[in-house]
Amino acid sequence: MTAPLDAPDKPVDPAPAAAGAGAAAIQGRSLGQIAWMRLKRDKVAIAGALVVIFLILVAVFAPLIVGAFGQDPTQFNSDLIDPSTMAPKDGTGISPAHLFGLEPLNGRDIFSRVVYGARISLLIAFLATLLSVAIGTLLGVTAGYFGGLVDSIISKTMDVFLAFPLLVFAIALAGIVPDEAFGLTGDTLRVALLVFVIGFFNWPYIGRIVRGQTLSLREREFVDAARSLGARGPYIIFREMLPNLVAPILIYSTLLIPSNVLFEAALSFLGVGVRPPTPTWGGMLSDAVRFYTIPHFMFFPGMAIFVTVLAFNLFGDGLRDALDPKAR
Amino acid sequence: MTDSLLSVQNLQKHFPITKGMLKRQVGAVKAVDGVSFDVVKGETLGLVGESGCGKTTTGRLITRLIEPTGGKIVFDGHDITHMSQGRIRPLRRDIQMIFQDPYSSLNPRHTVGAIVGAPFRIQGVQTEQGTKKAVQEILELVGLNPEHYNRYPHEFSGGQRQRIGIARTLALKPKLIIADEPVSALDVSIQAQVVNLLEDLQNELDLTYVVIAHDLSVVRHISDRVAVMYLGKIVELADRKSLYESPMHPYTNALLSAVPIPDPKRRKDRERIRLQGDVPSPLNPPPACRFHTRCWKAQEICSQVEPPLLALATGHQVACHFPENAPASGDVAVTGAGAVTAEGALQAGGAGDAAPGEGPAGKGTASAS
Repeated sequence: MTAPLDAPDKPVDPAPAAAGAGAAAIQGRSLGQIAWMRLKRDKVAIAGALVVIFLILVAVFAPLIVGAFGQDPTQFNSDLIDPSTMAPKDGTGISPAHLFGLEPLNGRDIFSRVVYGARISLLIAFLATLLSVAIGTLLGVTAGYFGGLVDSIISKTMDVFLAFPLLVFAIALAGIVPDEAFGLTGDTLRVALLVFVIGFFNWPYIGRIVRGQTLSLREREFVDAARSLGARGPYIIFREMLPNLVAPILIYSTLLIPSNVLFEAALSFLGVGVRPPTPTWGGMLSDAVRFYTIPHFMFFPGMAIFVTVLAFNLFGDGLRDALDPKAR
Repeated sequence: MTDSLLSVQNLQKHFPITKGMLKRQVGAVKAVDGVSFDVVKGETLGLVGESGCGKTTTGRLITRLIEPTGGKIVFDGHDITHMSQGRIRPLRRDIQMIFQDPYSSLNPRHTVGAIVGAPFRIQGVQTEQGTKKAVQEILELVGLNPEHYNRYPHEFSGGQRQRIGIARTLALKPKLIIADEPVSALDVSIQAQVVNLLEDLQNELDLTYVVIAHDLSVVRHISDRVAVMYLGKIVELADRKSLYESPMHPYTNALLSAVPIPDPKRRKDRERIRLQGDVPSPLNPPPACRFHTRCWKAQEICSQVEPPLLALATGHQVACHFPENAPASGDVAVTGAGAVTAEGALQAGGAGDAAPGEGPAGKGTASAS
């Protein structure tokens, strides 16, 4: 802007050009963009997000990764096991071919089992969270928007679900359900069962939050404005309210995933998860308990669970800070 | 009455209070209890009163955001009192509302374009050059930069946000606009801008306003006629000049004396009326004249006979047994209390509107009706 001062009699070219650029730059930042900028500045959250992405990639490309080492998660390597102690011959069996060593007793490769375990763990955690969020959002919005009797019924149902002895139910259900049911068999049936048990009983947490948010949104004047324009219920719910509910739903989904990972691991540990020989982190921990003198067997699946849960939690916390800076 | 755009007759809204499991009704908050007025095309009616007197409820009843308990609302020849939401939808284009809080009335997740374009989308209105062009024209009309189309509400100041709200209101070219405290959430300097904008728009687009406010100076600036509400009833309804210069109802007097005067010298000259006590609960309003518990002129009759809203001078209706500043022949009207129905009083008011400025010449004629 100093140029026009230096040469006041010259035609002022830079100023209109700058004004034109300014006008073109008037493109509002949405709340989402602002949250993204805030999130980018949060190093811990970004680290969490990177680990999460890494874990997802590992799960998706598990066969390729394991194949690169020439291993199979269910293959026995009895020749590398010392039959007298049941432990791998050199203590852990860690070598370039077996990064995390070998299982005692049958000598399966721990690395490939941990990698494949990520598949089951994340698949169940994601699908169960999706189910919880779907049911929770639907019923939460319904309860909050319509209020009255509908709200009472849904809220009481949530209380019942929260009081439900979920673990006992899951153990009982796993015992009852046969190997073949609903047209599903084997691992698919087990995964579906776990998704149902974990997802179906966790929705009240999301439901309560969504209901509360909807209650407060309903009293905002922009809802009245839409109604005074003649908007119907679905328009108000989907166009006016849901965009405002995305942030809390996203936050609680990211925080629900790690708790579902833990729950799946717990169920597998108790033997009611996906059945062996399919590798799961919880199942490996359960096996490792018998060999507590050989700690590396317990260490790697345990670390996998720990890192996964920590990464999701750090990312979720960062997401909450970015999306809802007032809630701190 | 033919030229009245909006006619409200004996409008009531009682909010029930329920108790216990079975939702037994134990009482009702009489937020609006028998309000009648007419709004003529092109005029601005101010609705004033203190907090909780039912002004906002009246506005929401007219826009049918809430269901009236009783009475009648006639808009442009249609009885919309209990019209179903489906049937009232086309009429909603003609009745629009400006909301009080510009921070709550705009959806934070929508762009300005989406907010101002919402009326077109909801009502399914197609415009010749497309919605975007139409929205940008309206933005320009209310003094906003059309380039702001893609911005979000949080990027604007309070005054700008209220302009966005006004733009949304104007989108479908309504006939009647209910402005619920349109400026009370804004800074005083911005208030003047917005009030002047409303006036300019009225001249330009031939709008009719019902302005709800508690700020008497704002109402004085913008209104042609002013209705004063107290505890769910209209106590005085007059054209602006006669209301502010010769208020008849004691409550109006008290209200006007509470308006701050910025000049300390002039302030001393004025006698300030201080009302005793609080506004009684609308749950259990005082019998007969609702103001008698706080009125310094109250006599026995005030707690026994409810004063009807009578026209004591041309276009000046008041509900009081002992009005102040009443014309000499005012006594006639007082003795005739009860004989004149609300309907009659309304017609008298309407007749007064037809010949504004008649003022002193028409004194006392209304009492004969």
